[in-house]
Amino acid sequence: MILTVNGKRTTVVDKELLSISGLLNELNVEDPLYVTVELNGDIMERENFESIMIKDGDEVEFLYFMGGGRK
Amino acid sequence: MLSEEQIERYQRHIALKEVGGKGQQRLLDGRVLIIGAGGLGAPAALYLAAAGVGTIGLVDADVVDLTNLQRQVIHFTPDIGKAKVASAKEKMAVINPGIKVNTYEVWVNASNIMGIINDYDFVIDGTDNFAAKFLINDACVLAGKPYSHAGILRFDGQAITVRPGESACYRCIFPAPPPKDAIPTCSQAGVIGVLPGVLGMIQATEAIKFLLGKGELLTGRMLIYNALEMDFNQVRINRNPKCPICGVTPTIKELKDETDAVAQCDLEGV
Repeated sequence: MILTVNGKRTTVVDKELLSISGLLNELNVEDPLYVTVELNGDIMERENFESIMIKDGDEVEFLYFMGGGRK
Repeated sequence: MLSEEQIERYQRHIALKEVGGKGQQRLLDGRVLIIGAGGLGAPAALYLAAAGVGTIGLVDADVVDLTNLQRQVIHFTPDIGKAKVASAKEKMAVINPGIKVNTYEVWVNASNIMGIINDYDFVIDGTDNFAAKFLINDACVLAGKPYSHAGILRFDGQAITVRPGESACYRCIFPAPPPKDAIPTCSQAGVIGVLPGVLGMIQATEAIKFLLGKGELLTGRMLIYNALEMDFNQVRINRNPKCPICGVTPTIKELKDETDAVAQCDLEGV
């Protein structure tokens, strides 16, 4: 299935049921425990990452914590 | 009324139809607080001073260190060991003697931040740690003070402007700080020196637009920048009804220091 991930067209192997957690795993997202996930414009709650399923055409954004570059 | 010297100094601003003499006067009457006189705060402070923002506050308890100089361009080699706010103020005064710079040689915390931000129209978060970032968000949301968030790491940067009660805040995206040491923030991660320059100037641009009342602020969308790929991406960010501070039923009603979020390097001193 084809998704838009962080603004880029991304092909993910078709799976019957791909949850947000599954997608994080599939795409090898760094620090999956701390990433914020936005699905089609709405921020998803972490407790629902297992139950919310991704479908073809979805727009997914991963938002990462960025602090600073101190020493 | 602008003086002849001011008309000449700010001629390139005044020539813009979005600024003009009236807009320049707004900048001169404007008050912007920059929290953190480091990588983000340095370019913001230099350009806001040059632009003639009349009152600029600088908050930082740190002193200039040799490792700062790779990116914190307001501090020079002879400034090593000097308070960052003093070092920054010196340069700003030379760039533009016509502005006032207030310095606060403190770290912001839950008990002092309100007293500091209250005197300003717009706040720039130029800090480098999550405890400060969440505190600034919370203080600005509770005080209804517009502010600009920016974060940097390695080659990546992000920025968003928050108009409390109108647009998404930092906690709408990140409800709570990451646990201590979960996210690399310090020496091991690194940061390319030009990166805070790009983000700090985006923050300064937001402050100027806010004071002018022109253009579109970076609200309701997060700008995500990657310097290696030279990619700018914008992510639409709606207000989160479950946001712990600006949502429908907020759980945060007063300021609290997020001590768990203090990164190790921030405790080490310099």
